[in-house]
Amino acid sequence: MSRYSDRIPLPPRTAQKTLLTCHFCIVGCGYHAYKWPDGTEGGRAPSENALGLDFRRQQAPLALVMTPAMHNVIDDADGRRYNLMVLPDRGCSVNGGLASVRGGRLASVLYNTDGPTGARLTTPRLRTGNGWVDTSWEDALALYAGLTKKILDNDGPEGLVFNCFDHGGAGGGFENTWATGKLMFSALRTPMVRIHNRPAYNSECHATRDMGISELNNSYEDAELADTIVCIGANPYETQTNYFLAHWLPNLSGLTADKRRQRFAGETIEPARFLFIDPRRSASVVVSSITAKDRVLHLDIAPGTDIALFNGLFTYVIEKGWIDKAFIAASTTGFDKAAAANRLSLAETSQITGVPIAKLEQAAAWAYKPKASGHLPRTMHAYEKGIIWGNDNYLCQSALVDLVLATHNVGRRGTGVVRMGGHQEGYTRPPYPGKTKIFVDEELMKGKGRMLTSWACNNFQTTCNAEAYRSAIHRRANLVNEAMAKARGATPAQMVDLLYEALRRGGLFVTSIDLYSTMFAEAAQLLLPAAHPGEMNLTSMNGERRMRLSQKFMSPPGSAKPDCLIAADIANTLKRMYQAQGNAEMAARFVGFEWKTEEDAFNDGFRRAGQPGAPPIDSQGGSTGHLATYERLLAMGNNGVQLPITAYTGGKLLGTEMLYQEGTFDTSDGKARFLPSPWPGLPETVAAQKRKRRFWINNGRINEVWQTGYHERHDPMLRGRSPMSLLEMNPDDAHSLGISAGDLVEVFNDYGSTRAYVRIEPSIKPGHTFMQFGYDKGVVGDVTTNWTDRNILPYYKGTWADVRRVGADASALHRISLKSRRSEPA
Amino acid sequence: MKNGIARRDFLRTGGGIAAGAAGVVTQLADADAAKPASERHAGATVLPYGRKVIARAKQLAPGVPVRFAFPDEASPCVVIKNGRPVPGGVGPERDIAAFSSMCPHMGCPPAYDAKERVFRCACHFSLFDAEMGGQMVSGQATTDLPEVILEYDAPTDGVVAVAVRGLLYGRCANTL
Repeated sequence: MSRYSDRIPLPPRTAQKTLLTCHFCIVGCGYHAYKWPDGTEGGRAPSENALGLDFRRQQAPLALVMTPAMHNVIDDADGRRYNLMVLPDRGCSVNGGLASVRGGRLASVLYNTDGPTGARLTTPRLRTGNGWVDTSWEDALALYAGLTKKILDNDGPEGLVFNCFDHGGAGGGFENTWATGKLMFSALRTPMVRIHNRPAYNSECHATRDMGISELNNSYEDAELADTIVCIGANPYETQTNYFLAHWLPNLSGLTADKRRQRFAGETIEPARFLFIDPRRSASVVVSSITAKDRVLHLDIAPGTDIALFNGLFTYVIEKGWIDKAFIAASTTGFDKAAAANRLSLAETSQITGVPIAKLEQAAAWAYKPKASGHLPRTMHAYEKGIIWGNDNYLCQSALVDLVLATHNVGRRGTGVVRMGGHQEGYTRPPYPGKTKIFVDEELMKGKGRMLTSWACNNFQTTCNAEAYRSAIHRRANLVNEAMAKARGATPAQMVDLLYEALRRGGLFVTSIDLYSTMFAEAAQLLLPAAHPGEMNLTSMNGERRMRLSQKFMSPPGSAKPDCLIAADIANTLKRMYQAQGNAEMAARFVGFEWKTEEDAFNDGFRRAGQPGAPPIDSQGGSTGHLATYERLLAMGNNGVQLPITAYTGGKLLGTEMLYQEGTFDTSDGKARFLPSPWPGLPETVAAQKRKRRFWINNGRINEVWQTGYHERHDPMLRGRSPMSLLEMNPDDAHSLGISAGDLVEVFNDYGSTRAYVRIEPSIKPGHTFMQFGYDKGVVGDVTTNWTDRNILPYYKGTWADVRRVGADASALHRISLKSRRSEPA
Repeated sequence: MKNGIARRDFLRTGGGIAAGAAGVVTQLADADAAKPASERHAGATVLPYGRKVIARAKQLAPGVPVRFAFPDEASPCVVIKNGRPVPGGVGPERDIAAFSSMCPHMGCPPAYDAKERVFRCACHFSLFDAEMGGQMVSGQATTDLPEVILEYDAPTDGVVAVAVRGLLYGRCANTL
């Protein structure tokens, strides 16, 4: 940021201009990065600056976003300093020039030595008897690969455990998922891998895939075309911001009515409606109600009762005949069985969910009643962590998709049953080598595994039953720390032997590969510094499968490297070690990492999937990924191409706006499958806490903090605003415990204890709370249970705990505004 | 009301410091910024905002925003008498603060909500706390609502705008 709060330099016309897709949330807004030498700047006349705008005059509202947070001065590898300005691209169909509070800080999070990002890791670091010391890559790799080899040779691949990203954007992307996947699955062949945000190697969308429907099956434009949007357990204003602001709200406001009439001639086009299913009156409900109060319905169901709601609506639409019988007959199987298994009357549904029958009927009429013209309404269903991390992920999703299939709300424009998403996507990996899903966190707690690598994730802050997990990892890591402290003068080879003895006694060698030293690093012995977009070329796709190339415009700090090249370094070191030993068979497993750049990794994985001679590769690019090259993607700019690619013609990549328009689904017979999904009640593990504890600890993201706050916790402004996790409480509940706004509280139950500061929120129901998820100071996962669904998807949203006042008003220290974050105008 | 009590407690200890800090800024500004640009010294770090009397404290009613323009006619602002002391507030009650009427996100005019004492941007729903220096309570801006730095001239009861903290929307510098 500029040292002055009231001015920023303008990029000159000569500034370098490159593509950058925002690397935070799934939406992937398009930005341009402008780079020019420090000490120079553009002029105010339109001919004198790269934006072509006249800054001698006041710009009109909505003309641009250009704030001090969008500018930085960075240190580059050539020893010079450069200005960097990152501005949203008005020509990008995703965001149309909008910037959210997260993407608006893309420049702020760039590395420089004298700002908050100066905390980045710049060299490998090793824990010794004297704490952390910097070391060389050669030394770090000799230790890491040496220990890996020892474990692989003596214990087999199960001794090698990974917590690893599988997504796009920062800490992900097709290059990095491929490289890490090839290392873990093809070379090391370990099944002991869990994904960044869940304790096993699994999908968050097993059910919908089993039913033949991929979870990202429409375009953002479909939100502009829908008659009704049903939003389930999602809060898009705060977590998919510009998708919501640029595509959902314009429909609710009536701005897309003409477009809808043109697309759907002959159909009744009424003003669009939004239906929110969420126990909490989220910011998205509030903002939508401000926009069109009479066309927004909030079904404030009791926590964990989504399945009952879907089944009640499913039963009701069948009774009413608001289903597409021809589609069901032609394109699906299993309808009758699911209808019988899921049957629930509206009276029962109302009793379970707490939603009055009349409101359920209104919701069904809005979403599924045929229009005056006789056409079925075009209803889009969007869901996210409320059900993905809800009461039984698998049953939640299958109950929802049953309802969607019956009403034919997939494969038609203006419909879709889609996850909203967290990170961007970017999956290209060899098949997972395990036969079953492994609850990796619990295996580690039981003493399994010898070496744990945490790769661009930090599940000390994000897993379930987190306090017990952290405690176990620390206990095991301490055995290794003690051994390392005694290893004076040891060469890497000697160190490997010494540490291996500690591992045999139950120790765990922990490596964290990341941008920063995180909470996970507190248990680590080795830190390897990674890079993020802007410091490497990276491809990802967003929630409408839109793939873009983010261009490298600066060097990573110090000797930090892209994750894909770190994976290659590890593999190549192991290859040399096996070659030196004369073990050709093992050396052969580590062949194929001879990459010089991230583009080499891209070409090796994403572009080889499904091609003759290539090994099996699970890729979101499918078998046409080979059509995408860096050069072609660059030419497609910030609009990129929607996967799967159908052709490259006339210098353009052609993609796919919507899946399943022909009524053929991803099953062996091409027919979508209904799945029986009876209402199961609350899991007993969770119900036991509910019986004992007073408050439901709902939890989720807040707008301005991305993921674990890995950048934000270094940013004085944001840290000042969020000094620790927030806990929203109902005013009467807080009063009954002597708690005032800003007070510090302890949140505790049978699983653990954590802390937060309180915000009084009138719209929170008595007995409910809402706590910030994933933050470092106050980990909500400490009080979530270890219950999971059949695929080891935790119920992060479902735990009950007690709340105790600890001390006084934290706001006095931090000057935080304690007003409601989502108050409504009178 | 609980919020208000907590803040008043805080202000007993913290408010004086905030007012003092504002005073330092003022002295710097006085030294040079009021002069025409041609007369300012070469190393000036304060933009040539000039000084402008924007209201008389006695004429401001609690919770009723009064419009003015600063530092030029293209920059609409409002001054608010909060009716209770606020950090950085000026006037006999230390309750007067002033802000830009252009949201720092995309320039839409945030409306003052007298009940919640916040500014609400109708375009992208950012909320700014009128009693906490324009701090963004939630929303899409990456900065707080730019606050006009005020002085109070007791003899004339004048509320004087002297500078703006935070970049005004749609400008590369706060002075055109």
